[in-house]
Amino acid sequence: MCLGIPGQIVEITDAAKKLAKVDVSGVKRLVNIACIVNDDHPVESCLGDWVLVHVGFAMSRIDEEEAKKTLDLLIELGEAQKELETMSRSGT
Amino acid sequence: MKYVDEFRDPILAQTLLEEIKKLLPTIALTKERPLQLMEFCGGHTHTIFRYGIEQLLPKTIELIHGPGCPVCVLPMGRVDDCVSLAERPEVIFTTFGDAMRVPGSKKSLLQAKADGADIRMVYSPLDALNLARKHRDREVVFFALGFETTMPSTALTVLEAEADNVTNFSLFCNHVTTVPTIKAILDSPSMQIDGFVAPGHVSMVVGEAPFDFIAEKYKKPIVITGFEPLDILQSIWLLVKQFAEGRCQMENQYARVAQKDGNPPGLEAIAKVFQLRDFFELRGLGSIDNSGVRITDQYARFDAERKFSVPNIQIADPQACQCGEVLQGMIKPWQCRVFGTTCTPETPMGALMVSTEGACAAYYNFGNLPELMALKAEEEKTKLKEVASN
Repeated sequence: MCLGIPGQIVEITDAAKKLAKVDVSGVKRLVNIACIVNDDHPVESCLGDWVLVHVGFAMSRIDEEEAKKTLDLLIELGEAQKELETMSRSGT
Repeated sequence: MKYVDEFRDPILAQTLLEEIKKLLPTIALTKERPLQLMEFCGGHTHTIFRYGIEQLLPKTIELIHGPGCPVCVLPMGRVDDCVSLAERPEVIFTTFGDAMRVPGSKKSLLQAKADGADIRMVYSPLDALNLARKHRDREVVFFALGFETTMPSTALTVLEAEADNVTNFSLFCNHVTTVPTIKAILDSPSMQIDGFVAPGHVSMVVGEAPFDFIAEKYKKPIVITGFEPLDILQSIWLLVKQFAEGRCQMENQYARVAQKDGNPPGLEAIAKVFQLRDFFELRGLGSIDNSGVRITDQYARFDAERKFSVPNIQIADPQACQCGEVLQGMIKPWQCRVFGTTCTPETPMGALMVSTEGACAAYYNFGNLPELMALKAEEEKTKLKEVASN
């Protein structure tokens, strides 16, 4: 919940609602991107961004190299697998 | 346990460790007692144990594992309230998985689920909102939990519920605030903490300024820190350097994610949906002024506490449980009366044993358990002897 996981925005799904599809290590999930959008960085420009995702919300933009290193570390710790599993079976 | 060569950059890790070792003897305080640094956040505690960082550091540094694990500080009475909400026939109760096993006074959410309550684990509050859209004939309650890191997500979910007029969705709000909690620790008379490793993702939301007072008013160095082992080592080095150079400042090691002003859209959503509670109870620490938030009157219809009647009874922790003393750094987890005997990760008594981010679970899972239990037995024997000779 507090660590977050890096992913890449691969599709803007609903610009008005600020919803986008993020690819996290191959798992695709709809996330809210309201927290990374501002006048200098409108919704449309978020496509391709690497972001830190916390409980379904992109909370911070990060650079690609940093994202990959963090993801590797989370995989090594076993945290990424846990997060991905929760992401894919949520709400059932 | 991990070794230095498993760090992302082993050479940098080794250099930092050597620098720390070189600086420590120049700090006068370390001649009397170890320098006590508190990592507030449970995520940091987890990394420290996974990478054996404590064992890499010289004995003149002691790490105190703070209360920044939202699952760990959840009072028993609030778990009972969750169970009571979940057992209402019209309710679908949604929660992060971490909270399922926290003991209430009668049962945990996991036991309530086994007894037939409709409890569902979700990854995101957005998933709870979608359940409400799908089940219009039911009341979906989301168990909102966490420090500031997760506040924007629940606030934005409430704003979305309002925009879409989803009336069968509400929050059981248990969000807690970092700064008042750190302040309570600083004001505690038994406090002996010299510096702080501050939570990077809280700072990602609230920015740097809320932590300034720790250095300015309380004269304790503080470094906002990321979650990787190297981040933590680097912050410890920054703290030690401050002591060695006689400085006392708020520094930001995690600027790559935690910006000076935090996250303005997230803060705006928080300000709309939440207001500070006068006080809130944190397990092990007791009631602390302003340590929690509630939903503002404007969004009252999304507040489960106002929508349903919640028992809201304060339940004292089991007497044998010493979570509070561990949380304040007064004793180490293994020194607790029940550590490893009646309180284990399988049958937790205290909250610090429940979450993998809790200090006790970390000691139990990643520490040298036989050695810790031997130390504990030895200490108990000494205590008994003292009692006998008195």
